[in-house]
Amino acid sequence: MDTNDQQHPVSNDASPETGDASAKRKNGSGWIILLFFVIGFVGSMLSGWIVFPDLLYSEKEQPIDFNHQLHMGVVYEGCQSCHYFQKDGSFSGIPDLYACSSCHQFVQGTDPEEEKFVNDYVLPNKEVPWLVHSRQPDNVFFSHAAHVKGADMECATCHGDIGRSTHTRVYQENRITGYSRDIWGYNIARLGEPKHGLRMKMNDCADCHEQQTGHKGYCFQCHK
Amino acid sequence: MAAGVIGGTTLSPVPWKLTDDISIWTQNWPWTPVPKEGRDSYKTSVCDLCPGGCGIQVRRVADRAVKIDGLPDHPMNQGKLCPLGLSGLQFLYGPARVKSPMKRTGKRGEGKWQRISWDDAIKDITAALKKLRDQKMPQRLAWVAGSDRGTLPQLIQRFMDAYGSPNFLRPPSAHDAYEMAVSLMQGQQGTAGFDIEGADHILSFGAGLFEGWGAPARMLNVYGNMHGSKHIVQIDPRLSDTAAKADQWIPITPGTEGALALGMAHVIVKESLYKQSFVNQATFGFKDWTDENGKIHTGFKTLVIKDYSPEIVGQVTGVDPKTIATLARRFSLAKKPIAVIGRGAGRLPGTLDECMAVHALNALVGNLNQAGGVQIMTEPNYAKWPEVKYDPIASAGLQKPRVDGAGTSAYPHARYCLHRLPAAIHKAKGESPVQALFVTHANPMYTLPDTAATKAAFDRIPLVVSFSSYMDETAAYSDYILPNHTFLERYEDVPPPAGTTQSIVGLCQPVVRPVYDTRHVGDAVISIAKSMGGFVENAFPWKDYNSYLKAALKENWKQLTDKGYAKITDFEPKASPGQFNTESGKFEFYGSITGADEGADKSVLPGFSGLQPEGKPEQYPLILIAYDSMRIAGGAVGNPPFMTKTVDADVLKDEIMFVEINPKSARKLGFFDGDRVLLTTPKGQAEVRLRFYEGIKPGVMAMPQGFGHTAFSKYLAGKGVNFNSLIAPSDDPKSGLNAAWGIRANISRA
Repeated sequence: MDTNDQQHPVSNDASPETGDASAKRKNGSGWIILLFFVIGFVGSMLSGWIVFPDLLYSEKEQPIDFNHQLHMGVVYEGCQSCHYFQKDGSFSGIPDLYACSSCHQFVQGTDPEEEKFVNDYVLPNKEVPWLVHSRQPDNVFFSHAAHVKGADMECATCHGDIGRSTHTRVYQENRITGYSRDIWGYNIARLGEPKHGLRMKMNDCADCHEQQTGHKGYCFQCHK
Repeated sequence: MAAGVIGGTTLSPVPWKLTDDISIWTQNWPWTPVPKEGRDSYKTSVCDLCPGGCGIQVRRVADRAVKIDGLPDHPMNQGKLCPLGLSGLQFLYGPARVKSPMKRTGKRGEGKWQRISWDDAIKDITAALKKLRDQKMPQRLAWVAGSDRGTLPQLIQRFMDAYGSPNFLRPPSAHDAYEMAVSLMQGQQGTAGFDIEGADHILSFGAGLFEGWGAPARMLNVYGNMHGSKHIVQIDPRLSDTAAKADQWIPITPGTEGALALGMAHVIVKESLYKQSFVNQATFGFKDWTDENGKIHTGFKTLVIKDYSPEIVGQVTGVDPKTIATLARRFSLAKKPIAVIGRGAGRLPGTLDECMAVHALNALVGNLNQAGGVQIMTEPNYAKWPEVKYDPIASAGLQKPRVDGAGTSAYPHARYCLHRLPAAIHKAKGESPVQALFVTHANPMYTLPDTAATKAAFDRIPLVVSFSSYMDETAAYSDYILPNHTFLERYEDVPPPAGTTQSIVGLCQPVVRPVYDTRHVGDAVISIAKSMGGFVENAFPWKDYNSYLKAALKENWKQLTDKGYAKITDFEPKASPGQFNTESGKFEFYGSITGADEGADKSVLPGFSGLQPEGKPEQYPLILIAYDSMRIAGGAVGNPPFMTKTVDADVLKDEIMFVEINPKSARKLGFFDGDRVLLTTPKGQAEVRLRFYEGIKPGVMAMPQGFGHTAFSKYLAGKGVNFNSLIAPSDDPKSGLNAAWGIRANISRA
């Protein structure tokens, strides 16, 4: 044994004393630290769960308050009258001005919205900047034909019973991405389905595919 | 508290949702190119990137073309399309476009240009043309057009007539020699249509049937639909894609295809396997014959029996005599045999002799103007306009001999000899016989053999005007560029290509509005004519090209615009079997109208002259040939980036091209697979890499056509070597057409 080894017990004896003293001080301020921790924790939880979702979305009105129910009453082929499959199997989506103008070249009724549509868009030949709730990024390939024709699905399954709506609803736009809140879903935790059809994030597609086909599908099926 | 915030935030949706949103946000940065949204629509048109004339339908979103597909019910391609046609949009939106009229400011080829207005461009060019006419030398204007068929070439010819120059030229094609063979043997001016669909035994002398020959998409359909119902024999120095798809591949010494055809004829004649009814009754010159003066002439029968036995032919061609006999028997005993000739896609030339020899084979089996045989499609003649009235200057100019020698006493049957133009310009003493050269739909600086000589000839021409839509080699070496609309922006009729039996005319239609400040060549020609005034102006009573085209197509216009094509009966083979327009009224093995040396029978019968490629064998032990590929556009049009991407790494790697060589030949010279070598020919040299290929005859090297561009865009220029820069033109003494399909070459360490 050398001198160094003998010195160790001495220093070891001294340390418990100092250790006890600092522990007492810590116990005193520990509550305060815990309090602040809880304040920070609860505050950020509340703002994250409650305030953040409202801050994230801005509310926008459609350029024209479109009445689906009214139109369904005057067309013959239901949804397909305006949202149809083209010759090559691709889906027409939202009708363009050309399609609308075939009926609304001039104001026909008394509805101020129709008048606005004709005056602001048809006459100056300007496309209506509809805010599309189901719009997806460009890197997503989605085939309506595969779902509507191939899997025999109803439009309403994903888009909700929009055909019976009498007014357009508020478009909640994500301030960062520009996409509709419908895509993520109205519940920030993505629980439950929104009133207006189905959520439309990638996992939502995959979940449904897993239920219906037994497989989530492959990357390249949607990301070409 | 910070820890609390961190903990709380982590357990709240904020970071997770923000991460997701930010990642989507990054996809939507404003500078990320996103195609415009809009209404979907389809337009029907015709592809004119090669002479194939395939029907296309172009998908548009709003006013933008987004996809080209084959037109499902088009008789030529039935919905199919080749890689070049599918890449067509890159010609419309690609970086090689010339965006407005340009005037050269630096030295020629230096790439310094100044944008000018259309009015100024036309004024400058008119002034130069007026000057030539004032000097009473209108014949010094030469015009190289991509084709001589269809209304646009006819409009240009009309301009040349009214202006007074006989020097309308077009680039050579493999079909020229066959056309001449048909004209000599059948007395008909027209292209040979090969009814491959109706044939059951196809004997192909080097034609790249599935590598771009004729209308490429048509041939892909033939291959896709045949399901073993056709027997294909491919005679080719290398195991080409066509040879690989054929039932039998006969490797042959390049350039001896004609001899093999005559060797086969020997067997067919000797064993009396030919169609007796046709040969005995409807042909002339099969047997020896006596003319009015009592002189006995050698007939085809005597010629092949005496000079072309399988043993002799075997030595020349490198094909086993027994194989020759078997080939001949199988060919003549097939139900619907047809013999086809061509090298690759059809840009490489052939001799009159070999075409006559192959056509004689078709005659021996009696398939002329029959289903499954060779049908002669007469020249399209659907456009008729009032006669041009000439002033004395034009009449005098038109009397002058052509600068390329075509149609002169030396080459009475050749119609165009563009390959002789550079030499004609070099040889001329004093001023160049061409003072102004206009180029439309052609790229002679790239496609003419011997690029250096072509460049030197251009240097002697004071005014070169290109009408190209793209900055091709010729445009880059011109003085003015008056850019044409691309085929997706203009109207133009497209006659069927040589080789097909379809009597249809297609119509290019504008699919999108012109993207740049370009103008239809037809409109540019009419504008120039109008500003010339006088007789030249009077020859063009039309407002613009479209009204001229509508006037030409008359009742077919509606069908053309609706369906993209119309059947025009003018083309259909009129002669019933056995009826020919020759002097004898029969098919002539012995071309009685050749007018060549009357005494020498061999000069009018198909023969084998053994034309050798340029170069001494001691100095250049190898023979260099070119091949075509469906993935490389080899002609005037440069490969689009989409297609270059599909080229294998053993064809082009980085910027260096591979040349195929048989391992035996390479090892003898001390080289290994992948070696970098200096390839030398009598005309030039280039650095290439060797690719060992068992499927090529020893002593032969092959390189793809379509690389070695110096212009277009950075995506094409500087990749590989241009085959044409390594070869030189050579005259076929019988026809005057170019016969240089290859050249002798050597390799050394790089």
